Amino acid sequence: MNAEANPLSVEVRKDGVAVLTYDIPGESMNTLRADFIDLFVRAFEQVDKHPDVRAAVLVSGKKEGFIAGADVKMLESIASPDDARAMVQRGHDVMAKLAGSRKPVVAAIHGAALGGGFEVALACHGRVLSNAKSTVLGLPEVQLGLLPGLSGLQRLAALTSLQVALDFGLTGKNMRPEKAKKLGVADEVVPREILLEVACKHALKLVGGASKSRRKPDLQTLALEKNPIGRSVLFKKARETVAKKTGGHYPAPGKIIDVLEAFGAKGLEASQELEARAFGELVKSEVSANLRSIFFATTALKKDSGVDSEATSRDIQKLAMLGAGLMGAGIAYVSIDKGIAVRLKDRDGASLGRGVKYVSDILDERVKKKQLTPRDKAQKLALLSTTSDYSGMKTTDLIIEAVFEDLDLKKRVVAEVEANGKPGAIFASNTSSIPIGRIAEGSKHPENVVGMHYFSPVHKMPLLEVIRTKETADEVVATAVAVGKRQGKTVIVVNDGVGFYTSRLLGPYMNEASYILAEGAPIEFIDKAMTAWGWPVGPMTLVDEVGIDVAAHVGPIMLAAFGERLTPPATIDRLISDGRKGRKNEKGFYLYGAAAKKKGKGKHVDETVYAALGLSVPKKSPVSTAEIQERCNLQFINEALFCFSEGILRSARDGDIGAIFGLGFPPFLGGPFRYVDTLGPSAVLERIRHYRDRFGARFEPAPVLVELAKSGKRFHG
Amino acid sequence: MANSNENKGERVAIVAGLRTPFSKAGTDLKRLRTVDLGSAVVKELVQRSEIDAKEIGLLVYGQVVPTVDWLNIAREVLIGAGLPRRIDAYSVSRACATSIQAMTDVAQAIQAGHHAVGIAGGADSTTDVPLKVSAKMRDALLDLQKAKTMQARLKALSGISPKDLLPGPPGFSKEPSTGEQMGEAAEKMAKLNGITREEQDRIAYESHTRAAKAWKDGLFKDEVMTVLAPPFDAPVERDNIVRDSTTLEALSKLNPVFDRKHGTITAGNASPLTDGASALLMMSESKAKALGYAPLGYLKSYAYAAVDPSWQLLMAPVFAAPKALERAGLKLADMDLVEVHEAFAAQVAANLKALASKSFCAEHLGLGEAVGEVDPAKLNVNGGSIAIGHPFAATGGRLVTSALHGLKRRGGKHALLTVCAAGGLGAAVVLEAP
Repeated sequence: MNAEANPLSVEVRKDGVAVLTYDIPGESMNTLRADFIDLFVRAFEQVDKHPDVRAAVLVSGKKEGFIAGADVKMLESIASPDDARAMVQRGHDVMAKLAGSRKPVVAAIHGAALGGGFEVALACHGRVLSNAKSTVLGLPEVQLGLLPGLSGLQRLAALTSLQVALDFGLTGKNMRPEKAKKLGVADEVVPREILLEVACKHALKLVGGASKSRRKPDLQTLALEKNPIGRSVLFKKARETVAKKTGGHYPAPGKIIDVLEAFGAKGLEASQELEARAFGELVKSEVSANLRSIFFATTALKKDSGVDSEATSRDIQKLAMLGAGLMGAGIAYVSIDKGIAVRLKDRDGASLGRGVKYVSDILDERVKKKQLTPRDKAQKLALLSTTSDYSGMKTTDLIIEAVFEDLDLKKRVVAEVEANGKPGAIFASNTSSIPIGRIAEGSKHPENVVGMHYFSPVHKMPLLEVIRTKETADEVVATAVAVGKRQGKTVIVVNDGVGFYTSRLLGPYMNEASYILAEGAPIEFIDKAMTAWGWPVGPMTLVDEVGIDVAAHVGPIMLAAFGERLTPPATIDRLISDGRKGRKNEKGFYLYGAAAKKKGKGKHVDETVYAALGLSVPKKSPVSTAEIQERCNLQFINEALFCFSEGILRSARDGDIGAIFGLGFPPFLGGPFRYVDTLGPSAVLERIRHYRDRFGARFEPAPVLVELAKSGKRFHG
Repeated sequence: MANSNENKGERVAIVAGLRTPFSKAGTDLKRLRTVDLGSAVVKELVQRSEIDAKEIGLLVYGQVVPTVDWLNIAREVLIGAGLPRRIDAYSVSRACATSIQAMTDVAQAIQAGHHAVGIAGGADSTTDVPLKVSAKMRDALLDLQKAKTMQARLKALSGISPKDLLPGPPGFSKEPSTGEQMGEAAEKMAKLNGITREEQDRIAYESHTRAAKAWKDGLFKDEVMTVLAPPFDAPVERDNIVRDSTTLEALSKLNPVFDRKHGTITAGNASPLTDGASALLMMSESKAKALGYAPLGYLKSYAYAAVDPSWQLLMAPVFAAPKALERAGLKLADMDLVEVHEAFAAQVAANLKALASKSFCAEHLGLGEAVGEVDPAKLNVNGGSIAIGHPFAATGGRLVTSALHGLKRRGGKHALLTVCAAGGLGAAVVLEAP
């Protein structure tokens, strides 16, 4: 066999260890592919038959990463659930060969061993890990609407406990080397430089069935998992949690529980049958297809410079952050976390102190969770400095402002920065509503002005919306995109306009909810309808969070920009005159603070709000759940389509990602554009027209929808 | 920076200087360790001066109160400030003249052509003082570490009595060679030189009054940074020892501390234990020019001197000052400002008296005439260490920065600084306005 061309080469060492090096030519990362199954089979046979080989070590030939998992693209070509099942069963056979090998096989893991990669490692007889920060294990299949198909769940459960397997299987979270060692998943954790050597020694130690270092089950594990009653308690609890978390929209977690339950009760083989069938169903499910489309979109966005030209990013080692409020401090945190120094500016020491405390608290939280050491924290904080003037800004190419949302203030800040900062520096605004072009009016160099719209809380929300005006230079856009990616964000670039893309979608969506409220629907009923559909929070809650005052402020601006379609309901003015601003002043649609506590756990509507709106406290909703869902969602989706028609978006892909990552559009639907594709543009158009007949201009369909309905085309291929 | 031979022998520019507010020991800054104070001021100095960190070649830093958590504070300050780790950093110690030493070390490195840009400074936290176990206890603990068996462990601890468990005072609170506390030495100097209580209280009064006015007039705005210390709810923006409304009468009512019966030194006319840090950004003149900086001023000359600690412990500045002036080719009368570090008012008065005394100068310095009188209008014009406080290793940096800003405001050309230090050491520096 030609070793160079073979992704799985075998080299027999003098000490009798066969080193199996997996190295897919031409790829930066190893993945598992169905067409490689034979390679593994042959390699294992070689190990088995070679007279000099006593043990084997499986290692990656890549600089970084063991095996990142199954090739997700490969899944797209699977024709039917039956085909998928057959593929999984072939995989089971290979893993059985590996696990059943007379000669011990040890996985030597440096970098990511995820999904199928982790499963292969679990089928080995031992695992030695490098102690690098990049080394992680995990079963993230659930995040793609799938389950691990190489019996990784069962093998993890056998190695640790059903509870651990449930935890990692259901969350898809990473397992770091120290944790793996503690759980007994890793036999040794060593520096990368000696990884292979230690793995070989370990493999030799296992020859002849030397006892594996198995963790002894603790009392709780014994009580819960070793008897049928305990197990039924465990799985019942897991199902309850999953039902609460997924709202029934995601089938994979339930299947994961099924597989582990079968494994606990009937053993590996019985569970594998279930596993193969479930994988087949899931891989062809709408939900998984949508989740995979999000995966592909984010992967593509990681490689997207954000501009169509060859322009490249400036080298940003430090940025200046104007405003130390929640947004400013949050942006400062995600920057220093990734090694970008930050000069944080605010009015005075007290404001700066609050900002630094916010950053320090997030770091403390991570120290508490053992994600960071106190030294890591100190090193990150060393990159943060504070000021109440413009000192320290001549040595940075990027200044981001998150000052109060006021156009005149922002224009003044641009001018000040240009007077005090480095000539030619980029000025980025974190405004969520003011058109960047208006802010750029205050600048002598509008080509350097760009929007960087982060979402709150910045360290948790994955999206950055970069906004460019007609004048913004490509290299400025590319720099904003590159910085956002370094901060760990998924970045979309949109064109300037009122509300850009994300903020704009919320306008008609929240408006519609308010119209429904005015028709007499109870507040919590509206919210429940929308969360049941898959939104993380309902629209009324959202208004409270965004601020009723902000919504009232933006309403007329939207109306002026987009016309009748965006007519705000009259109700909002009544709320303002009643002194309601939402959560910020603890007076909105819901109760906050002491008043909420008095009513006990959970959210409670402030029933006095109905009187303020001139409504009586409703008993029953005159609008059905289905209609509430449809009306609000159609408004949201239609506005997304308008953005597409007007060229706000660069692609439907960006529109899907922006809605999901920025606004919480249900991921299982794949985003508004993919959802329209699923329903069919004509069907969507028909529903919008239905409501236009009832409510008039606010249900004016987007031009692109009309076109697609006519042409029969779709947004995505 | 690698060797920069082109700046060999050039004037050394002080481009920027900064300090933290100085806080009475254990108050506003108590949550920060010495290294945190140093990191904070160095980080902010680099930011404010807009220097590209790539230009910096050396950090020389110091502390006086020792700590046990690091060996080379300069290195930890550099890392704590988030500066590039390829920058060399080492620590110096010269008691209260530590940051003067740091400054002259950087100056030498620049003049030797080894570096073109460096940072000097010092920090102290007296709340971070290491406590010492008794000698017996230490021996027992060391034996305990080596003991392998339970029996051996018990034996190691067997000789310990309850009084051995008490931590002892750190050795440096007294002059090791004489056993004299510095306050006792100052008390001795007051008596030897005939310095009255009134004279001392007057110096303390001026120190507070002038420092308070300087704060009020915003003179320290460019010299003092705001420090944010955990839990970040109270930014530290001001020195907290300076009193706005002290009176001679109030000062006169304080009891003497070191000689309760016949003494004159009180808590009011001595510098208090203080937490704080300072730093200076220094460059060769040509580098400053190339980078477009307008320096605060230049280090014209300096000198160190030493006296027998058992004589007049704090008299060495009088020996250093004429040497520094001579090296600068200047006379005391040429000085537009004089900054005398106020360890004790008695020491300030004794130093000034000696400088002005023909007989002292003849006897001790071998000079034909007195060094000269210091014009009170030019002396410590914005207060001194009694009012502002004295974080030992930080004071030199404060004096340099303050004097250079002072020259600028007054349109003066030259300033003389003197600092006395434990062990009978003294430093003097002549600064030149740009």
